[in-house]
Amino acid sequence: MAERMGFFTDTSICIGCKACEVACKEWNQLPDDGFVFEATSYDNTGALGASTWRHVAFIEQSRPVRVDSDGGDGGVDGGGDGGVDRWLMSSDVCKHCTNAACLDVCPTGALFRTEFGTVVVQADICNGCGYCVPACPFGVIDRREGDGRAWKCTMCYDRQIGGLEPACAKACPTDSIQFGPLDELRERAADRLARLHADGHAEARLYGESPDDGVGGAGAFFLLLDEPEVYGLPPDPVATTRDLPSMWRWAGAAALSLAGAVAVTFTGTFTGAFAGGRKGARR
Amino acid sequence: MVPEAEFRSYYGRPVIKAPIWHEPHMPTYLYLGGLSGASSVMAVMARLTGHDRLGRTARVAAALGASAGAGLLAAELGRPERFLNMLRVFKPTSPMSVGSWILAVQGGLSAVAASSELTGMLPAVGDAALLATGVTGPLTATYTAVLVADTAVPAWHEAYRELPFLFAGSALASAGAAGMLATPPAQAGPARAVAVLGAAMETVAGAVMERRLGPAGEPYQLGRAGVLMRSARAQAAGGGLLAAVAGRSRALAAVSGLALTAGALCTRFGILAAGRASAADPKYTVVPQRRRLDGERPT
Repeated sequence: MAERMGFFTDTSICIGCKACEVACKEWNQLPDDGFVFEATSYDNTGALGASTWRHVAFIEQSRPVRVDSDGGDGGVDGGGDGGVDRWLMSSDVCKHCTNAACLDVCPTGALFRTEFGTVVVQADICNGCGYCVPACPFGVIDRREGDGRAWKCTMCYDRQIGGLEPACAKACPTDSIQFGPLDELRERAADRLARLHADGHAEARLYGESPDDGVGGAGAFFLLLDEPEVYGLPPDPVATTRDLPSMWRWAGAAALSLAGAVAVTFTGTFTGAFAGGRKGARR
Repeated sequence: MVPEAEFRSYYGRPVIKAPIWHEPHMPTYLYLGGLSGASSVMAVMARLTGHDRLGRTARVAAALGASAGAGLLAAELGRPERFLNMLRVFKPTSPMSVGSWILAVQGGLSAVAASSELTGMLPAVGDAALLATGVTGPLTATYTAVLVADTAVPAWHEAYRELPFLFAGSALASAGAAGMLATPPAQAGPARAVAVLGAAMETVAGAVMERRLGPAGEPYQLGRAGVLMRSARAQAAGGGLLAAVAGRSRALAAVSGLALTAGALCTRFGILAAGRASAADPKYTVVPQRRRLDGERPT
């Protein structure tokens, strides 16, 4: 396997231009997903889906105006950093998890792990069973209506094979989306985080970079300026297949109970209580 | 009711995607799979204890349940013509792959067992196939609980301990009901007993599940899912009690069998509805995860 490749999306320098969304649509020839006014700041895409593989979130935040208790003329409560209103923007994408629930549960083998460590759907295999859709802890993958198959970001598998970077990273004018070997990206992200903390941005944090999280670390991770749920991301995602052995044990116990219950009714004295049905049958 | 938990979200949008499985396909399949699996075990025991008439009903119910269920599953796919891709690989990490193999074997064996019974041909082969469904039957009835529990849907995953017992109870009630409905009462004694045990297991497992889940179990109590789950429980309890006193009464057996069947169907539709509601509201995803994080790293 080649080196594991990834995305580092530094949302602190995202300007919300949506060039990534457009580049992704263009390169991957994705159909539109409706033209709807969502009234959610500048976001009219809403969420990742079968035909939206990059999604820019827009969060307009304002801090409450505080009136000083000494009767002063008050001011904006910046929490010590002279803060004013701020506008968070973040380009979301498939996380290409180390332990990918979608890949685990796919019954046909349509989802597979590429030589770049990414997770890709083979469109000629997928039979549209839809299991990957509720399995993903990030709500990324979806089935395309009318097409019937599941679709999601491939991290531009075709471009990577040709030695090119994915379309979104290529188009990003601020390098908010960085593409490269995952180890290198993690180092770069740690440096960037240290720099932001040194500059007083204590709210900056990395998301999905830790191999110890519930998905074994993401191949596409982020630098965020608020809690993950503010961006629509799960705070502590888990690939539920990790509980599979326990789930099968409980199901096995239930299966044995089922067999046992039937065995008891046919052999035990239990049936005698049911109005002589057994006697009738044994005539 | 617990106080509304404080949490943050992106415009109240769901974090995870709701299950896209259709109604009536998916919940009806859950019912039919349960019916087939528990009927197989009933047929095996009937064969071993000489309840021939009931055994015939159970063999036919097992075969019809499995084949009709498989048909619904194929219709459920986005690309039904690729149904056989389900058997392209065997993948232990995918409950749907494991389940497809279980269902394929269960469907084949139960069809052989029923055909042999109805035609009188190759009775030894039919009996051998029947005995084998004694293994695949219980698995067919319960693997579906693992299938739904192995998702990011909180109301499903958090319930992975009780769901198999709920499904097993529902399956027993379904098979007992079918036995009561299609067998003369004099020969349906064990079916009534199976129905009573199944209804009891279904009722208890459902109640334990909702109690243990706490806030994560709310989707089973609210809205359409709540109506379905409550009516499922009422029908299971009522049908179970009726089965216990039905005796040789054909009318009581019919009412009981229909109530249990309706109850089992309501359970399965309720499970899907609760899963969708659980996925649609971000609080079910965000709040427990946030608590987990804050518990680990107190602020």
